[in-house]
Amino acid sequence: MLSVTDLRKTYSSGEEALTGVSLDVTGSETVAMIGPSGAGKSTFIRCVNRLTEPSEGSVVLDGVEITDLSGESLREARRDIGMIFQEYNLVERLTVMENVLSGRLGYTSTWNAFRRNFADEDIERAYEVLDRVGLGGHENNRADELSGGQRQRVGIARAILQRPKILLVDEPTSSLDPETSRAVMDLLTEIAAEDDIPLLINIHEVDLAEKYANRIAGLREGSLVFEGTPAELDETAKGQIYRGEEIPAGAGPAGKVESDEPPETPSQASEIRRG
Amino acid sequence: MTEEYASWERRTPRQRLGRYVLVLITLVVAAASWRVLDVNYNYIESAPTEFMDLVTRMYPPDTSYTGDIIGPLIETVHIAVLGTALAVVLSIPVALLGASNTTPNKLGFALGKFIISFTRSVNVIIWALLFVIIFGSGVLAGVLAIAVRSIGFCSKLIAEAIEEIDPGQVEAMKATGANPIEVAIYGIAPQIKPAFIGVSTYRWDINVRSSTIIGFVGAGGVGVELNTAINFFQWQRVLTILLAILAIVIISEVVSASLRRKVR
Amino acid sequence: MATTEPERREWRRPTAFYNHYVKWAVYLAIVGFLLWSAWSMRISFDRMVEGWDAAAGLVTSMVPPEVTPFKRDLLVEGMVESMAMAVVATIVGVFISIPVAFMAAENIAPRPVYWLGRGLITVSRAFHELIVAIVAVKAVGIGALAGVIALSYKTVGFWSKLLAEEIEDIDTGQKEAIEATGANRTQTLLFGVVPQVLPRAIGLTIYRWDINIRHSTIVGIVGAGGIGSTLLNAFDKYDYDFFLTIVLAIVAVVVLGELVSTYIRSRIQ
Repeated sequence: MLSVTDLRKTYSSGEEALTGVSLDVTGSETVAMIGPSGAGKSTFIRCVNRLTEPSEGSVVLDGVEITDLSGESLREARRDIGMIFQEYNLVERLTVMENVLSGRLGYTSTWNAFRRNFADEDIERAYEVLDRVGLGGHENNRADELSGGQRQRVGIARAILQRPKILLVDEPTSSLDPETSRAVMDLLTEIAAEDDIPLLINIHEVDLAEKYANRIAGLREGSLVFEGTPAELDETAKGQIYRGEEIPAGAGPAGKVESDEPPETPSQASEIRRG
Repeated sequence: MTEEYASWERRTPRQRLGRYVLVLITLVVAAASWRVLDVNYNYIESAPTEFMDLVTRMYPPDTSYTGDIIGPLIETVHIAVLGTALAVVLSIPVALLGASNTTPNKLGFALGKFIISFTRSVNVIIWALLFVIIFGSGVLAGVLAIAVRSIGFCSKLIAEAIEEIDPGQVEAMKATGANPIEVAIYGIAPQIKPAFIGVSTYRWDINVRSSTIIGFVGAGGVGVELNTAINFFQWQRVLTILLAILAIVIISEVVSASLRRKVR
Repeated sequence: MATTEPERREWRRPTAFYNHYVKWAVYLAIVGFLLWSAWSMRISFDRMVEGWDAAAGLVTSMVPPEVTPFKRDLLVEGMVESMAMAVVATIVGVFISIPVAFMAAENIAPRPVYWLGRGLITVSRAFHELIVAIVAVKAVGIGALAGVIALSYKTVGFWSKLLAEEIEDIDTGQKEAIEATGANRTQTLLFGVVPQVLPRAIGLTIYRWDINIRHSTIVGIVGAGGIGSTLLNAFDKYDYDFFLTIVLAIVAVVVLGELVSTYIRSRIQ
């Protein structure tokens, strides 16, 4: 399980991205982190595998304090953390297969990696995973030949080839259209359930969070302002996350929710309003 | 509307004055330069006749000489290939030093930039002189001259390509737990490969031209033959060599252009 | 690929060549060619080792660079001549280039004229400046005039080619608008084409001046005037410390020229 305690991050510009956030992700649950842009969602997720260096606080994955690691031990810890990126971050000029197999780099010697000589079982699994994400037969396409949705599937395949103990997912759908977004979210939660891996997802579409998550965490200006089940995420909570409203005791429904970030499509917008 | 026509001028008086001053300065510099050169006007007068004379003495090319220059021509290409290969290998570390996102520290960055600008500022023929002093005349001096001169050019362009890579792809490789060398092989190398191949073939093309002249100072290649032929006033041979150089330059340009098209 | 196979599937990285055998054949050919190159040069390691010893000796004899008043005068004289050659050659070259550039622009020149313009550019670009210089020296004698001729000749190919490309990229709408007013061919060029390419023409002139400075420092090696002759003299007389002084002076001038040219060009654009 992942246990983050009092995580703080101050950038060298002086900007305080996180001001003490604690969050646990256990079992095979899906935790969605929502909040306006600039709330620190990405910083939080990137601090977990230390692509961004946290300033203070602790990140413990299965009993290992990740903030204490460096060099070889940090790389070993990263092998257990799969990450899926907003802009896919595929190596565009390599084939789909090379991209998927790059998930095994942490287990492959440099010389074999250079020769693209991966273990037979890795290759076998890569084929299986590609079939699973619906990209069978595309293994020799170059990544830049694929559509956005297909690229994100390659990104997912790369992450699960690591056999991670947890999947970090940073805005998986913000570069995709609503239809593809749903398909990608279906795939992610399905795989997490089958492989029994917890998911920590940053997402700004509230409707997707409500649909797919077991638990929702709301971040505003670097601190956690909401934590609960999707059912508990009512209009008051949304108002608090997106508009910084104080919770007046016994307040009624806040009415229409206008997120700081305008929803991408009219259909999503209307769903949020209905929600 | 008034009855007088409004006058119109393109520039304000101040702008016009500035322009006149600039033109004046240019003219003065040009005139002064001409004076410095101290050209003998008789030479200019006789230049067209001299050129025509040269042309008639050159034509027809000495075709019987063709066989003798094949060897030097191949040597020229070899110098260009080896020099470029050496330069490309050496320019990888220099480019990594000279790119702001891969350089280890400020000192390394300064060193990289210094190597890039220094090797580029000294012409290949001067490098050839320098290496002839050190290693004596011969192809070795030529290869080294070509290589050193090319390091700055190749490193500069490769460093620019490195600075333009997408950091996301590098991050993704780091996130899988890959070691730094693997990150470079998978995250950086594929992104700069087209620039790398483009720069090396382009430089090879330039180096074929350069290696035709380093022979003037004894650094090998067809330039040695050309120099000899000119010194002995064998003008028909000179034309043969010039035509051969022309052919080889055109071939290398076509080869390098088609290679660069192939790599996307 | 091998999706029909029941057991372990294999994967090999697809190659840019036809198959993996061709790939290895190509690699082998490249390595073989390099080895042949190295072998045909008769480069021996003894020579290299010997060379390094000699190099160490030479470097000590080169340092410190020598600056006696007499040699300083020689240096300044050669350098001034080089700079003057660069200025004159740039002006002469650009004057010749202007008509050639318009001739070689596909969108404004008639077919036969276009091919003539292209041909002139190719002939100018084909030979290295030193080859042009050596021929010019034989034609007009040793001295700066040969250098000016060589540099002007090279300027034509460079300047016309790039300006012709610029002319081909102009906005035809502006040209057509001028034509539509009933302007004749020359007027159309002056009002519809020239204003669009003028900044580029000035930028190219400055850029070429910068390149001509570089070249004017070396054409003297074949007798075409400038600091290059001084350099070759020092080389022939084994006067290596003065040689190094000249090389450093050339580097300084070249870097300075590049800085000035970059600055002016950034101001124009």
